[in-house]
Amino acid sequence: MDFINAIILLLNYIIVPALSYGSQLALGAIFVTLIYGILRFANFATGDMMAFGTMFAVLLTWYFQSLGINLGVLPTALLTIPFAVIMMILYMLIIDKLVFRYYRIKKSPPVQLAMVSIGVLFVTQAIVRIIIGPFDRRFFDGEKFILKAVEFKEMTGLNEGLTVKTTQVITIVITVIVVSLLFWFLNKTKTGKSMRAYSDNEDLALLSGIDPNKVVMITWMIAGVLATIGGVLYGLDKSFKPFVYFNNMLPIFAAAIVGGIGNPFGAFLGGYVIAFAEIFITYAYKKFFMYLLPESLEPDSLMQLLSTDYKFAVSFSILVIVLLFRPTGIFKGKVL
Amino acid sequence: MRQYANVITAYTIMIILIILVGVFQSWNVALSILNFCLISAVMTMGANIQWGYAGLINFGIMGYTALGGLAAVLISVAPVQEAWAVGGLDMIICAGIIVVMVLSIRYVLKKIEKSKKRNYIIAAIIIFGLMLLRVIAGPATEHIEAVDPAKTGFLGGLGMPILFSWIVGAFFAGGLAYIVGKVALGLRADYLAIATLLISEIVIAVIKHEDWLSRGVKNVIGLKRPVPYEVDLQNSSWFIDLVEKLHSGKLKLINSLAERQDVLNQLVIESSSVYVKLCLAGLFFIVVIILLIITQKALYSPWGRMMRAIRDNDEAANAMGKNVVKEHLLIFILGSAVVGIAGAMMVTHDGLFTPGSYRPMRYTFLIWVMVIVGGSGNNFGAILGGFVVWFLWVEAAPIALFLINFFTSHLPETNALKIHLINSAPYFRFLTMGIGLLLIMRYRPKGILPEKIIKQ
Repeated sequence: MDFINAIILLLNYIIVPALSYGSQLALGAIFVTLIYGILRFANFATGDMMAFGTMFAVLLTWYFQSLGINLGVLPTALLTIPFAVIMMILYMLIIDKLVFRYYRIKKSPPVQLAMVSIGVLFVTQAIVRIIIGPFDRRFFDGEKFILKAVEFKEMTGLNEGLTVKTTQVITIVITVIVVSLLFWFLNKTKTGKSMRAYSDNEDLALLSGIDPNKVVMITWMIAGVLATIGGVLYGLDKSFKPFVYFNNMLPIFAAAIVGGIGNPFGAFLGGYVIAFAEIFITYAYKKFFMYLLPESLEPDSLMQLLSTDYKFAVSFSILVIVLLFRPTGIFKGKVL
Repeated sequence: MRQYANVITAYTIMIILIILVGVFQSWNVALSILNFCLISAVMTMGANIQWGYAGLINFGIMGYTALGGLAAVLISVAPVQEAWAVGGLDMIICAGIIVVMVLSIRYVLKKIEKSKKRNYIIAAIIIFGLMLLRVIAGPATEHIEAVDPAKTGFLGGLGMPILFSWIVGAFFAGGLAYIVGKVALGLRADYLAIATLLISEIVIAVIKHEDWLSRGVKNVIGLKRPVPYEVDLQNSSWFIDLVEKLHSGKLKLINSLAERQDVLNQLVIESSSVYVKLCLAGLFFIVVIILLIITQKALYSPWGRMMRAIRDNDEAANAMGKNVVKEHLLIFILGSAVVGIAGAMMVTHDGLFTPGSYRPMRYTFLIWVMVIVGGSGNNFGAILGGFVVWFLWVEAAPIALFLINFFTSHLPETNALKIHLINSAPYFRFLTMGIGLLLIMRYRPKGILPEKIIKQ
């Protein structure tokens, strides 16, 4: 019985939260990796672009709520995602046309494009803050829990409860759907294949008649979908705050690089690697060992490897270690 | 002289702008803008040494700034005797353990050739060392943080004059840059950017949460100053006489004695803070001038030419027998050290150390905007960038507010859009910065004052 309790404890505090957080990171990381693989620059505006898409979802959610439209037990925000995605894609295409296109045609070095993306970062951040303000916004509605700790305890008779939030399940389900669609698109359709070819060798792809403008446009469209969905899911799970989104750029970058930049599947797994590492290392295992060990051996301390203050630092340290020992990332991306 | 014509024009315009702020807003605001312009100029020079001279992209400026600030705390604050008594020895032992760990890792790296075995040994050393550190440091930090947590709760510093910390800050930042450079300099440019950004976040996390060292988010306030305090000035007779003399014309117009005394008091209070800021500005100005002379000499020395050669074609430079890796590391350290000085200067100016305020937008990306806008590779350009961008950063909100009021003047005061816009005026500074950066990168990619190569 103690053993099952210990497992439930881990499930409740580590595995379920890490899976949902990892999914949110994974979507962002695929976004980064696609931009890097096809447009060939590190996009520092990642976090704020996600905030931009989410902002529309939040505004539309409020609008729908005022109209009385909702999805019952599911959050209304899900209904707004398609509209937010369209706005996001429009914004990205405008930015690309006004800003990035010029440098792409000039074949500027990636560093210059990264610098330009900092300009975009400032502008996007300003727009988001001017429209919706810098404050914390909650836009979740509907049923909060699928499984409450108390219900679980009654059902199973265990000491430990298992809580599953609706947002966690939604996050994981939607991520799985989106990512499988994306991989199907990249591997099976002609456009997807031409995108991969363009990412692999630009000159060869151009020679074989692939239209670069189309590839770039499709890339931004996919990026818009990923950014908005990733942002909305994160906002539903926690809350929407522009500054937090900006900061999320850092673990997202870490996930993309750990997974091997330019490699979407690597980025997908990288998100989970970062999320699990962050939570595994900063979790206090005292209770876990109390279940497993005999009373005489029970630990006095919290049995925590690092305090939760260093959550972000963990992912960055992993990144540094990966860069040192395997600069191509765990799943071979482009050689840095 | 002619080649400096546009430099002189640009700086004249900048000085006139600051004087205009002094006339229209207040001299206090103008001087604090000037002080921060000078500090930003030092940071920009540091970033320019790395980016303009050598093409190294360092997005970790925030981390070095914070380390400079930490140096100011560790140098100037008086030591907390009780804290040293309860945990000082343990902390020194911990420092010793870290040194032993580093030395033994170096030894392993030298003696055993590259293999899986070597990696395992290093991992074992690190894990064992960390466990030992936790056992010793855990209780010690608790004891230290328990010493009067509202006021101290940390080890304190050395109690030396704060000016000394400007040099120590440079050494702190340089030391960190040595480690970062060893780890990350081999990476390609945009990865270097990401890696340095993330490492600087780690540095901030440590400073924020290691309360025994820096009081963390509880902040350190009331740091010593290298210049007189306002209160002392207001009570010293020579200062009051000086103010009276300067404003004698204005004071003579007032007839009633009591009224004149009131006006004089008001003037003394205002002038005291102006005087303090002027003193600080003088100190900062000296630093900027010294750095400018050194960097200018370096840029046009054989060493500077070599750095440009490495920047423009590192393979050719390598073939000519220049040690690219070594020079990159050197310039990374030098640039970061300059940023460290700026960090210490900033904490000296504010008189307080707030680890929570170090954010990448303000301390990394804004500095990069300064470098790009001013002109990379040109020291005058870098300083100008610091001035222009900081000026805009501060003045963007008032200007935006003015424009919003102007364009919405036909709307009633209760109009929702107008209220919303007025409330979000501060965020127009981000918009200004972003659009400014994008325009400069598009139409004047070398900055306002482009790099000039003097042919000898």
